[in-house]
Amino acid sequence: MNRYPLWKNLLVLAILALGFIYTLPNFYGEAPAVQVLPLRSNLKADAALMARVEDALKAAQLNPDAVSLDATSVKARFNDTDTQLKAKDVLHAQLGEDYIVALNLLSRSPQWLPDYFRALPMYLGLDLRGGVHFLLQIDMKGALDKALESDSGDIRSTLREANIPYSGVSRDTSVITTKFRDADARSKGENELKQRFGGLEFSEREEGGDFLLLARLKQQEQIRIQESAVQQNLITLRNRVNELGVAEPVIQQQGVDRIVVQLPGVQDTARAKDILGRTATLEVRLVDDEHHYVAGAVAPFGTEVFKDRDGTPLLVKKSVILTGERINDAQPGFDSRNNEPAVHINLDAVGARKFKEATRENVGKRMAIILFEKGKGEIVTAPVIREEIGGGRVQISGKMNTEEANDTALLLRAGALAAPMDIVEERTVGPSLGADNIKRGFDSTKIGFIAIAIFMIVYYLMFGGVSVLALGANLLLLVALLSLLQATLTLPGMAGIALTLGMAIDSNVLINERIREELRNGMPPQTAIHEGYEHAFATILDSNITALIVGVALFMFGSGPVKGFAVVLCLGILTSIFSAVLVSRLLVNLIYGRKARLSKIAIG
Amino acid sequence: MSYGRYTTTISLVTFLFAVFFLFHKGLNFGVDFTGGTVMEVHYAQSADLDKVRGQLGSVGLSEAQVQNFGSSKDVLIQVPLKENKAGAKLSEQVMEALHQQDASVELRRVEFVGPQVGKDLVDNGAMALLLVSLGIVGYLWLRFEWKFGLAAIIANLHDVVIILGFFAFFQWEFSLSVLAAVLAVLGYSVNESVVVFDRIRENFRKMRKAEAPEIIDNAITRTMSRTIITHACTQMMVTSMLFLGGETLHYFAMALTIGILFSIYSSVLVASPLLLMFGVSREDFIKPEKVEAEEVLP
Repeated sequence: MNRYPLWKNLLVLAILALGFIYTLPNFYGEAPAVQVLPLRSNLKADAALMARVEDALKAAQLNPDAVSLDATSVKARFNDTDTQLKAKDVLHAQLGEDYIVALNLLSRSPQWLPDYFRALPMYLGLDLRGGVHFLLQIDMKGALDKALESDSGDIRSTLREANIPYSGVSRDTSVITTKFRDADARSKGENELKQRFGGLEFSEREEGGDFLLLARLKQQEQIRIQESAVQQNLITLRNRVNELGVAEPVIQQQGVDRIVVQLPGVQDTARAKDILGRTATLEVRLVDDEHHYVAGAVAPFGTEVFKDRDGTPLLVKKSVILTGERINDAQPGFDSRNNEPAVHINLDAVGARKFKEATRENVGKRMAIILFEKGKGEIVTAPVIREEIGGGRVQISGKMNTEEANDTALLLRAGALAAPMDIVEERTVGPSLGADNIKRGFDSTKIGFIAIAIFMIVYYLMFGGVSVLALGANLLLLVALLSLLQATLTLPGMAGIALTLGMAIDSNVLINERIREELRNGMPPQTAIHEGYEHAFATILDSNITALIVGVALFMFGSGPVKGFAVVLCLGILTSIFSAVLVSRLLVNLIYGRKARLSKIAIG
Repeated sequence: MSYGRYTTTISLVTFLFAVFFLFHKGLNFGVDFTGGTVMEVHYAQSADLDKVRGQLGSVGLSEAQVQNFGSSKDVLIQVPLKENKAGAKLSEQVMEALHQQDASVELRRVEFVGPQVGKDLVDNGAMALLLVSLGIVGYLWLRFEWKFGLAAIIANLHDVVIILGFFAFFQWEFSLSVLAAVLAVLGYSVNESVVVFDRIRENFRKMRKAEAPEIIDNAITRTMSRTIITHACTQMMVTSMLFLGGETLHYFAMALTIGILFSIYSSVLVASPLLLMFGVSREDFIKPEKVEAEEVLP
């Protein structure tokens, strides 16, 4: 009577086999590797790049254990860290600035595991592999202030251009107040301003003989400014992290105004903070077309040489027309005359005036927009000035495709100051501590498991042995599930593995106790086994569901270490129901199920 | 149930003690909640804590706490938020100062938490506790009866308060991982109560003639051996974490240990008397039968 149908046996065995395959990569450990990622969107990680990497390594007589290609990068695995570091230097020298060459760890598992099963080792969190975690808070008030400040400047210049008399423009925290001497001037001013400033809402007030016009940022405009501040900062951060050469950085928005940056393996936190906190600057200067660039020669007096994005050098005058602080916004779009892709730049009042003067005096000449990062300038674009440009609206077009227009707008925006950011949380774990943490987590699980195994076998004999095997299956499936989902495993997560194992044995204890009780009540062994499993199941389900409620709540509200713990807890509950009920029953059936006349079972 | 009165008294006394210490001494919140900077540094040989303190004082961090961490070579430095004017840059300043004194010093870990983040973590922790409690009551209500849900959650929150009381009494650091452990205990000890309740329900159906106290007594006696074995097993795992898991897992395991010890006791000796007090009876479970019987009549 205690027999599973064949399909059920096969199903359980198949699941266990899958569990074994996905657990397997964790046994091989990891090897030092170098990862090569293209930095620009027009460069692809392809077979050609892989060949270049292989040739470069061969030329330097560094023998990689394996070179592989995936969707975004080429990875080369080495035997020891010494070779890895040499290879990094060689590849960096060979491939130049267009590629990131980063140190990484790669699984040593045989190629068929990732190829056929997508089986990877568990993804270790920063506290286990070492690295830096930053939480950055964006100063939203700063972003809104900046927008309002530039608007108040623009209001002045708009009124002046339209020849509308006003007696003052002032700004407090969230309102721009414009004073007029009479109602007529105010209504004219309001009409003019409403046309120009879609993002502001206006209201009127009289005070002490003055006619006031109050302007506030509209709600949706505030949201737009905040969203674009986050996006802009995310992009800036990504560009900068690329410079650090980190293999698998995580840069994500968290909540409304925070950004998480995780840099596994980075040890030099001072440099990381430096690079993340730096602001790129932008300058607009005139191109010197009177002289010609001569390679190797000293640049003529008053000029400097910068390269554009294709690497072509250009002579540029030293005097600066504008800096990036004067740019309010840059958006990709199309030229209204010929429908070519273009970038629309919006300057603030001071910028607009300077730009108007500079363009009036230099029609027909070229103007260079230079982005400075790391103290090194690069020309983003160098268009010809066709006419005097007033009003602070600048359009850059010509020889651009849509993608380039997007990139340029991005760079201009990223170069222009985004809202300021502060580091509000930092967690750094050194590599030695990470390795210690793995060892500690592993050791405590191992010793705990052995203790439970000895106890169970001594107390329940054969059924104890079955319970221990079921617990082993639970561990196998849990590790397999964590590897399959690539959930981040942290130290609290490892504690979660230990704890779920300690708790999972409960199900088997419940079953075993129930079988003993049924035997004591005088049932024959086969019936007792059957009844024991049957009765215990309802209890197991109830108690596990309440534990699952806890796990889910922890996952929803936990942050960082708590979340890692919660993930393991939830998955562990699911695997423990499977292994405690199905796997242990399968084993008991195999041992006792076929014996028709069973007089005694070894349950202590 | 004959011990009911004593056990209720004992648990009431422990509970009141725990509440007293919680209010009197308060919890020693870790950097996760209060904000501030914690650094763990490692020296090649035993570290001279006074020298380290002196060096930190010379860079204007006289209020920094310096103590050994795990071994004499490892040092834990805690700087409160109010003394930290450099924000996230503080760790570099400290390392620079320590490096001048002893070049062998190695940075093992830095945790910097700003004030706003700490507040968010407290809010989220409270929210998680609330949600877990409501979820458990709700589920037990559905599966059993409201009396069971209420009895279980009171018994288990009693465990939570006692763990917190221990942490307040010994002034152990209350960190995020301890919070996770406390919530895990909540789940774990509900688990415990559910097993007893399950038996009570079964007994109400089987033992037709018995009174409620007798039924509960029987359920407790029959689940007792399971209770002890399960807890012993879980405790083996937790003990191994307590001693082998290192400093980070130590208090996590400590909270679990207290929780496990008290949850044995609370599910058996607090939840069940409460259940009696709420007046649990056979009618709570066999109502549907009566309704069916009436419907059969024409």
